[in-house]
Amino acid sequence: MSAPRTMLDKLWASHEVLRREDGVSLLWVDRHFVHEGSHHAFAKLAERGLPVAEPGLTFAVADHYAPTRDRTRIADPKIARMIETLRNNASHHNLRIFDLSDPSQGIVHVIGPELGLTLPGLLINCGDSHTSTHGAFGALAFGIGATEVAHVLATQTVWQRKPKAMRINVEGRLGFGVTAKDIALNWIGQLGSGGAQGHAIEYGGQTIRDLSMEGRMTLCNLSIEGGARFGMVAPDEVTLAYLKGREYAPSGADLKSAQKAWRGLITDEGAVFDREVTLSATDIAPTVTWGTSPEQALPITASIPSPDPTDPAKSNSVREALDYMALRPGQPLDGIPVDQVFIGSCTNGRIEDLREAALVLSGRRARVPGLVAPGSARVKAQAEAEGLDRIFQDAGLEWAASGCSMCVGMNGDVVAEGKRCASSTNRNFRGRQGRGARTHLMSPAMVAAAAVTGTITDVRPLLQGRAA
Amino acid sequence: MAGWSTQKGHALALAIDNIDTDQLIPARFMSVPRSEGYGRYLLHDMRRDDDEQLKADFPLNRHEGISILVAGHNFGSGSSREAAVYALVDAGIRAVIAPSFGDIFANNAINNGLLPARVDAEKVTQLQHALKDAPVLASIDLTENRLTIGDITATFELDEGWRVKLINGWDDIDLTQQHTQAINAHRDNRNRAAPWAWPNKPD
Repeated sequence: MSAPRTMLDKLWASHEVLRREDGVSLLWVDRHFVHEGSHHAFAKLAERGLPVAEPGLTFAVADHYAPTRDRTRIADPKIARMIETLRNNASHHNLRIFDLSDPSQGIVHVIGPELGLTLPGLLINCGDSHTSTHGAFGALAFGIGATEVAHVLATQTVWQRKPKAMRINVEGRLGFGVTAKDIALNWIGQLGSGGAQGHAIEYGGQTIRDLSMEGRMTLCNLSIEGGARFGMVAPDEVTLAYLKGREYAPSGADLKSAQKAWRGLITDEGAVFDREVTLSATDIAPTVTWGTSPEQALPITASIPSPDPTDPAKSNSVREALDYMALRPGQPLDGIPVDQVFIGSCTNGRIEDLREAALVLSGRRARVPGLVAPGSARVKAQAEAEGLDRIFQDAGLEWAASGCSMCVGMNGDVVAEGKRCASSTNRNFRGRQGRGARTHLMSPAMVAAAAVTGTITDVRPLLQGRAA
Repeated sequence: MAGWSTQKGHALALAIDNIDTDQLIPARFMSVPRSEGYGRYLLHDMRRDDDEQLKADFPLNRHEGISILVAGHNFGSGSSREAAVYALVDAGIRAVIAPSFGDIFANNAINNGLLPARVDAEKVTQLQHALKDAPVLASIDLTENRLTIGDITATFELDEGWRVKLINGWDDIDLTQQHTQAINAHRDNRNRAAPWAWPNKPD
């Protein structure tokens, strides 16, 4: 009998074309997503006069630079040029493009799963670090740089050394008002933003099994914020139900054999991980970041930490973060005033995220301005069919078109210098949402609570009588 | 890309943890074609004040001709933007020494001839103390995984495959094209064994 294998082992083996003497593998790529930012890679291809090896496995989408207002005439020539370049490259190489006006357009990590392009057992690459999102289906999905994007375009393969295997087990039932976002910020807060470097994370345990696909995607999406290029969850009935009937997903006889293969992906009993971490779901509270790294995260009931004099390096970064964020040690997180809110992104821009935010906002007014940018045109249509757009607009928030929007600061949606934003996004880096912008990461429900009170606050009292 | 085995140049301390890719190059500059050069955007918002003037007290602004940076933990964490590496390379940086690097950043660095040299945290602190805020002549030897800054010598960790690639200046596409047959065979086998792995064609 062969040794028990992890899901990582199985995924790796089924994609390994060859392994060099130095241990680096050449892997077959099943799906490759490109976006406006892939212009460097297409330029490299053009320099060498190379075609795209597998146009049928390559999909283009306008998301990073997609304006969320007035799409028909883009005011900023730089943004217009980026989208035009993607269009030209897609047309030149005969790639299916999900353009601004396409009813299936949206953020690449939202539309891949939505269309059934993302499946268990696949290797998925994209020139974006949040490609780990697709691992929620039991896929080997990881972000790559421009040189690697060019390589995948030219060869449909990628060179990669197999990462170490890490398992994060979460056991128990999540508390009232606690979400997948809080699980992620919790473990990153404990292990650090480089804590899982060099590892592929498999998330396991009953809490993870109980998560919806949306929740699993949020969790896998944020793996990179803890340093892991890969995050994954084993496929199960929740996964299979999600995929049923999606247009690019297999059907008929193919579906039967696919489901059999997918069920076989799960980590064998007794397989060994290089590292295991176990968290208890009941220890996790709604969590927010206070600093300029995702590891600077604390439960909403906590106060801003003081720089630790015994650790000069760390105390320095705490001091600098507090200086940038204009906060002081000892200040309770609950009650910090915000200037605006943002709901959206590949982390939390899916229908379930919008429902959770709407549940808090329904019948209430926001005290600060804010923007809601659905993760895809389909999410937008679904939300409108459910009347969520009315709830957001009645609360005083702006309802926009889909795209990366205020998460990336490159499409016109930015937070102004010195402004504080409660945000459902993934990075609180200095300047991420715009130069001098102050970002606090939290779940969409927590963002909604911040909108209602005008301060960072605990969503749980606002959910009383509204949620199970 | 030209390979290299040894490097001599001036090293400077940048003793900050978590210098992420958004700081290395803010997103608003990434639509520029590479041919225009990315060097001027390196650490743009850290180095410049609101009027775009270089801040006099930022180490990189006070000294010219720096080719080696000694940085803090988790250098290059964050996004996959290779532009972060372009900004360093176009500003003349050939090596970054740090206790840890973002995985994707390190990968991108190798693809552009930039060395991400992993040195244990204590040694990095020692190097930073020795450098203070002035540049010091340094040398790096890739064949020995060794670097010297002033009178301190340290060994660094580097993936063996990456070391060979840096030395030879190999281009992956050229390498991979030698394996076209194996790739085609893998694709054909996969297509037979797992036809579901190919997208259904709805339109």
